[in-house]
Amino acid sequence: MWDGDAALTALPVVLKGFGVTLAATVLGFVVAAVLGLVLAVVGRAAPRWVAAPVGGAAAFVRSTPLLVQLFAAWVLIPALDPLALGVLVLGVHYATYLSEVYRTGIDAVPKGQWEACTALSLPRHRTWRAVVLPQAVRNVLPPLGNYAVSLFKETPLLSVITVHEMVHEANTFGSTHFAYLESFTLAAAVFLLASWPTSLLVRRLEARLAH
Amino acid sequence: MSHGQWAETLVSHGPSAGALSLPEQVAGTPLPPARASGATEAAPGFLAELGSALPRLGEGLLVTVEATVLGAALALVLSYALGLAAGSSRGLVRGGARVVVEFFRGTSLYVQLFWLFFALPMLGFRLEPLACGVLALGLNFGAYGAEVVRGAVAAVPASQSEAAVALGMRPGLRLRRVVLPQAQALMIAPFKNLLVQLLKATPLLSLVTVPDLTFEIDQLRSATGDTAAAYLLLLAVYGAVAAVLSLLMNALERSAKARLGQGGGA
Repeated sequence: MWDGDAALTALPVVLKGFGVTLAATVLGFVVAAVLGLVLAVVGRAAPRWVAAPVGGAAAFVRSTPLLVQLFAAWVLIPALDPLALGVLVLGVHYATYLSEVYRTGIDAVPKGQWEACTALSLPRHRTWRAVVLPQAVRNVLPPLGNYAVSLFKETPLLSVITVHEMVHEANTFGSTHFAYLESFTLAAAVFLLASWPTSLLVRRLEARLAH
Repeated sequence: MSHGQWAETLVSHGPSAGALSLPEQVAGTPLPPARASGATEAAPGFLAELGSALPRLGEGLLVTVEATVLGAALALVLSYALGLAAGSSRGLVRGGARVVVEFFRGTSLYVQLFWLFFALPMLGFRLEPLACGVLALGLNFGAYGAEVVRGAVAAVPASQSEAAVALGMRPGLRLRRVVLPQAQALMIAPFKNLLVQLLKATPLLSLVTVPDLTFEIDQLRSATGDTAAAYLLLLAVYGAVAAVLSLLMNALERSAKARLGQGGGA
């Protein structure tokens, strides 16, 4: 049954792990956001012989499990520290989702904008950087936010490559104090408290951008 | 119990699905596969070992498919129950459904699975590992699916319901014969995404001692020392299963649209 003292002892441990969870989330999402944008632009602007294999690889990464990718990267890239490796794998995995999101955003930029750029003879890179991408990114902010929340909820996987994030701490505490109930319930509560307000915020942003 | 190697922790539970024992209290987070993986001298060739390991890989694949199908079935039932409740005009029903959906969407599948596996036994309930996995997958993806059902039902034009009311159809009949058939055609594409996500979440079950495909191929990896080949094979099998699921769902979507007279869809 629930042991209040164990829960009180577990709380600081779980919160300490939450710091690592948060760092992994933020860094992983930065990698995903940048790489996803690159993938989307490559998909639209690069010659076919580059775009096709890159797109195929992205589809493959998207349809295979993150856990297996983590293990594969763990064994195949032995030089990297676990957190850096975890951030990299999370980032690449989510980049393949975000590239699709960016792509819809890019497709939603009115054709007239491209035509105006051509009429002004703007160079290709300035068309992308100054005209298309700012509009595309603004359109897709809400789905990007949703993926940030999803990424946050997948960070516990990093515990399997020895990153001491929240679930790792909860698990270790649970096994040493035989207090799994308290430690995992606290971890679940922290997840809920962190992700739910963020989801609400994203939904509000979505409603505002829709008008 | 000491922290064993990830694979070794699982070995004691036997390789076949039928041999699932009650979860032994496994201490701490499982450790990942050994990093310095240089093949041992006596390691047999990957292909030779693959041949003899095929039956066990088949069993592992069966467990993975089983977890996917059962988890998806539970998720589907919950999606409809919660999704329809979330669109109810009764405040209490709607609120209850929203709380459940937000709870399971907000608290990470991994925490839910580990909670069922590690914390639930402390309350006196002990589930088989596979049951833990199916339950966690079903609850988590059911909560996401509920949003799909709610959104699809809301997207059916109100005039369709109104016409059914004008024809004197009762609410149950209205839902069954008019609203749901149209909503279902909209649900299939998002459900396809969720199904692939669910499949991709199943390797997680190997962390709670379920001998699934991931577990079996990891056994092969440690037997041969050929990490790259083993994990590439594993990724390829998951990619292939995901492709098969996508094709099936695409066919389902086409037939659902054809039944509505929206042929040539997707």
